Amino acid sequence: MHSSDKDKSSQIVEHLFRREAGRMTSVLTRVFGIENIELAEDVVQDTLLKALQQWPFTGIPDNPSAWLFKTAKNKAIDELRHNRLNKKYSEEISELFNSEWTLTGVIKEFFSENEIKDDQLRMIFTCCHPDLPPESQIALSLKNLCGFSIKEIAKAFLTNEITITKRLSRAKDKIKEGSIKFEIPAGSELEKRIKNVQSTLYLLFNEGYNSGKQDILIRTDLINEAIRLAELLIEHPITEIGNYRAEIYALLALMYFHYARNPARTDDNGNILLLKNQDWNLWDKKLIVKGIEYLERSATGNKLSEYHLQAGISYFYVTAENFEKIEWGKILNLYNLLYEMNSSAIIGLNRAIVISQMNGAEAAIDEIKNLSFEQLENYYLYYSTLGELYLQTGNLPEAKKYFEKAIQMTDSEPEKKLLRTKLEKLNHMH
Amino acid sequence: MEKYMFIFKGGFYEDSNLSPDEVQGKMGQWYKWVQDLQEKNIYSGGEPLLKGGKIVKKNGNKFSVTDGPFPESKELVGGYFVISAKDINEATEIAKNYPDFDLNGSVEVRQVMKIDM
Repeated sequence: MHSSDKDKSSQIVEHLFRREAGRMTSVLTRVFGIENIELAEDVVQDTLLKALQQWPFTGIPDNPSAWLFKTAKNKAIDELRHNRLNKKYSEEISELFNSEWTLTGVIKEFFSENEIKDDQLRMIFTCCHPDLPPESQIALSLKNLCGFSIKEIAKAFLTNEITITKRLSRAKDKIKEGSIKFEIPAGSELEKRIKNVQSTLYLLFNEGYNSGKQDILIRTDLINEAIRLAELLIEHPITEIGNYRAEIYALLALMYFHYARNPARTDDNGNILLLKNQDWNLWDKKLIVKGIEYLERSATGNKLSEYHLQAGISYFYVTAENFEKIEWGKILNLYNLLYEMNSSAIIGLNRAIVISQMNGAEAAIDEIKNLSFEQLENYYLYYSTLGELYLQTGNLPEAKKYFEKAIQMTDSEPEKKLLRTKLEKLNHMH
Repeated sequence: MEKYMFIFKGGFYEDSNLSPDEVQGKMGQWYKWVQDLQEKNIYSGGEPLLKGGKIVKKNGNKFSVTDGPFPESKELVGGYFVISAKDINEATEIAKNYPDFDLNGSVEVRQVMKIDM
């Protein structure tokens, strides 16, 4: 849409409806109860459509968000007024009905700014509940917190709408069973649950960062949403407890460092570039600065989390002047700590790549041979890394074997292309 | 200048599962269209219509009131504009800016009869 100075619709922030849809769904879910989440979704949709049908004629309100929330609130009051006697809503609101409060008064309380913040957090904990499969957690988060449609989620996951619909309805069935509450967990439960939220947000981030996904726009959307939700956690007082905030700062630093490198990761034709072939000038300096700021803030408390170490590793990459100036020794130290904390074979593989930079390919191959093959069997980077390392040692038949296997193991066209180029070069060397 | 009525048919949002992002996009397009017509001073008015309603008929002395109209939804009137244009061709050109063709909507362009007083 072209926008001129006179065009007031351009004053509306991009993705405003999407964002407000997430906030409104959270509040309305609290009002109606988690069992009635579909009702909340319907009220949100009605509210947005009302804006669509009125604003072109009445003009765009000075405060679009306030207009949307007021409309949603009135629709909620209507709903409760008509159906409160024959329908079961949240316990909380049912109790209030029996007290002296008037309906309008009760609802008004629910729509205050602080309550909205709490409700968004309740929604985060509900969507990212460990009893749900991880892919359902992400789908549910995108739907209820980020205002994505099923079609948009399907596009983000490179799958069809039926798959996403199934994923969502299974999750909703689970929620309706009653074990998953719409609440901010407390006490010892909180630590476990916050950890799970973090890992879901990191998965969501990776879903967007993963170069296999073709559509740049939707990838950037996912990255931004993951960051936005993590920042919501930071802003809430609940994360002041314990070391939670330090860990989330580290997660955010990690996200920003990755995000900053995003524009340099592919060439104009969408081909993946290796780190040493990337134009380091394309890295987004503003995002790096933001990442460093978060990394500094993460340095409180006495607990070092995996996110701290990973953010630290990324820090040494994004702050190196160029590939030759990377401080591999410092990076290896962090990888050693990370591997001690979580000896997953994938971390071991990444650690081996750093070792290859310091001690050569042979040493790295030895490291990799000690890793659990079971964990790496289906991981295409395992094969492509070994291919690359054998190529460096001059063992061309082995290199060829591993590159071919890697091509088989990845679904990503850009990755396949990169691997094929390597294979071709290799065949010339024969 | 003559007056023309745009009768918008079909393209009901309720049936099309638009995402919040898409709703915002549509709102922007409609807003821009109305504003554009207003700036050119050729917009006389218009409104969206709600679904449902009643049909009133009279047989002899008896009124009959039924629910409706229920034509196929792509024929159902969803709103109208009244605009000014030089002739039917110009009016038709303006109608091509209607934002909801992608939702199977269509525009009926009709000249408003001039009443000499």
